[in-house]
Amino acid sequence: MEAIRMVNLVKTYGSGPTEVRAIKDVSLYVNPGEVVGLLGPSGSGKTTLLQCLGAVIDPTAGKIELNGEIIFDNGWKIDDVRALRRDKIGFVFQAAYLIPFLNVLDNVALLPMLAGRPNDQARKRAMELLAILEVDHRAMAKPAQLSGGEQQRVAIARAMANQPPFILADEPTAPLDSDRSLIVMKLLGRVAEQFNTAIMIVTHDDVIIPRFKRLYRLRDGIAHEEAGQGLPFPD
Amino acid sequence: MINLAFREISHSWARYVLTAVGLGLLIGVTLTMTGLVRGMMDDAVALIRGTRADLWVVQDQTLGPYAESSTLYDDVVHNIAGLPGVAEASNVAYLTVQVRKEDKDVRMQVAGFEPGKPGEPPYLVSGRPIIKSRYEAVADIKSGLKVGDKIGIRRTDLTVVGLTSGMVSSGGDPVVFVTIQDAQEIQFQKDNTTIYNERNRLSANPKLNRPGSPGLLQAVTESQQSNHKVNAVLVRLTPGHDPEIVAETIRRWKKLQVFTYEQMRQILQVRVIANALRQLGMFMVILAIVSTAIIALIIYNMTMGKIRELAVLKLIGAKNKTIIQMILQQAWGLGIIGFFVGKATAAMIAPLFPKRVELLAFDAMVSFIIIMAICTMASLLAIRAALKIQPSSAIGG
Repeated sequence: MEAIRMVNLVKTYGSGPTEVRAIKDVSLYVNPGEVVGLLGPSGSGKTTLLQCLGAVIDPTAGKIELNGEIIFDNGWKIDDVRALRRDKIGFVFQAAYLIPFLNVLDNVALLPMLAGRPNDQARKRAMELLAILEVDHRAMAKPAQLSGGEQQRVAIARAMANQPPFILADEPTAPLDSDRSLIVMKLLGRVAEQFNTAIMIVTHDDVIIPRFKRLYRLRDGIAHEEAGQGLPFPD
Repeated sequence: MINLAFREISHSWARYVLTAVGLGLLIGVTLTMTGLVRGMMDDAVALIRGTRADLWVVQDQTLGPYAESSTLYDDVVHNIAGLPGVAEASNVAYLTVQVRKEDKDVRMQVAGFEPGKPGEPPYLVSGRPIIKSRYEAVADIKSGLKVGDKIGIRRTDLTVVGLTSGMVSSGGDPVVFVTIQDAQEIQFQKDNTTIYNERNRLSANPKLNRPGSPGLLQAVTESQQSNHKVNAVLVRLTPGHDPEIVAETIRRWKKLQVFTYEQMRQILQVRVIANALRQLGMFMVILAIVSTAIIALIIYNMTMGKIRELAVLKLIGAKNKTIIQMILQQAWGLGIIGFFVGKATAAMIAPLFPKRVELLAFDAMVSFIIIMAICTMASLLAIRAALKIQPSSAIGG
């Protein structure tokens, strides 16, 4: 069973003569433990597709299944989208977008807390994730005190906090240099493997594109599946 | 769940506290205005409360002796003293004057009274009561006078023998108590030139200066220069008598106007200082509106400064309730800090005002509730804006 599956997804903005079809017909899937790339030039509908996948906007037609559960089906959608985003989808953004007034530990613990977990349990879970991502030594620091790479690791830890089956990463290596980009990619790969999480990464980064085993190229609102080179990460 | 509002405040507490202090100064001005209104209302009745009278008998068809001028002959008091239910009656005279003290003038209200009767100062804080029938005075401590000071009121020189406190006119001027004789002299005393001119005018009048009536001119002159008038008669009733019944008796049989304590309080608080109170009230309303606008702008700017964070919070599943709580708690925090800063400011600046500023705990409590309500109202704009932020704005730049 796929972690995420999208079938014949369509998204149009406006109607009549002003109608714009941002996504014409997209079908894609990501398996548990798999890291898949989503590539496409500017204006190809990437952002719209991401927003549909992240359950932030409603598609016009089509079907989305998350972990076997239908979350959207031709106009029908799951009731509590907010809880779905909180518990079943992890987000990693281009800039880390950590909450500046919370320390690293609480930035990660915030998600389990929002899900109703007691503070001590949420912080324990956050600390474990920070250790896996090798930023536990900065647990008490504020985001502004971290380097870009460290901020992205914390963002990944936050995305993992509620152990979602699917993580959506929007150009997570854009602000990083090549070495750090590879480190972040390697960490995402490790997270996918260790937690059996499906990860979809939107990127333009030439350094990491060759590392995908499978990728989708979005052109004029249509996704084309391609096999990637699947190069190993350097040690 | 961690308190996001508190965390954000502690992250940039200096800016937050400075903002709250600024707001507190504005609240301080509002609290001081409230105190000023209270002080005016209390000052308005300080003198009538201090007299410990039950009834004020004044000239018919007037609202005297404080709100309008009232003149009675000083023998009216004897007629009133004999009425059933009247325990004591005494003459009083009031006038506002500039009192000379050394080389400067102090604006004061002179209250003439009969020692031992209604109208005398209720208590002394230093010195002794007036024991001589002339040329002694008891002054309110607010006048700045001290026991032993010599003061001049028109052509009468007096010695301050005692000090009282809390005795001010409805306008807030301190009261100087003198005997009724001194007050009559001060009130109706004419200057030398006027006396000289009046004597000449009378002697030049052939009807008053007839050869066959040598005593007539002397009698008329003396009658014009005698002071047998007062402003009111204060009445203290024997226990068990209804003030309204005694008042009605005086109105009916003596053809005089009579006010009970409650009626006099109404005249002073509702009529005499009504315009001033309305003026201050308007100013307070404007201050409240300005405070609301300022709080609204502060909270709105604070919220708009974290659009991205709010979008991320919404994206990762924070409920609207969490975001509303965050904004409200920050607004309430501003209100709470602002209130305490305002209260401290009001307490510091109140003594600097020439008029009394009465800061009551009850008013502070009501102000606190109003401030919190204003903070809540002011947050609505920011909450509306925050709820409009789309979680999608966190994705895709």
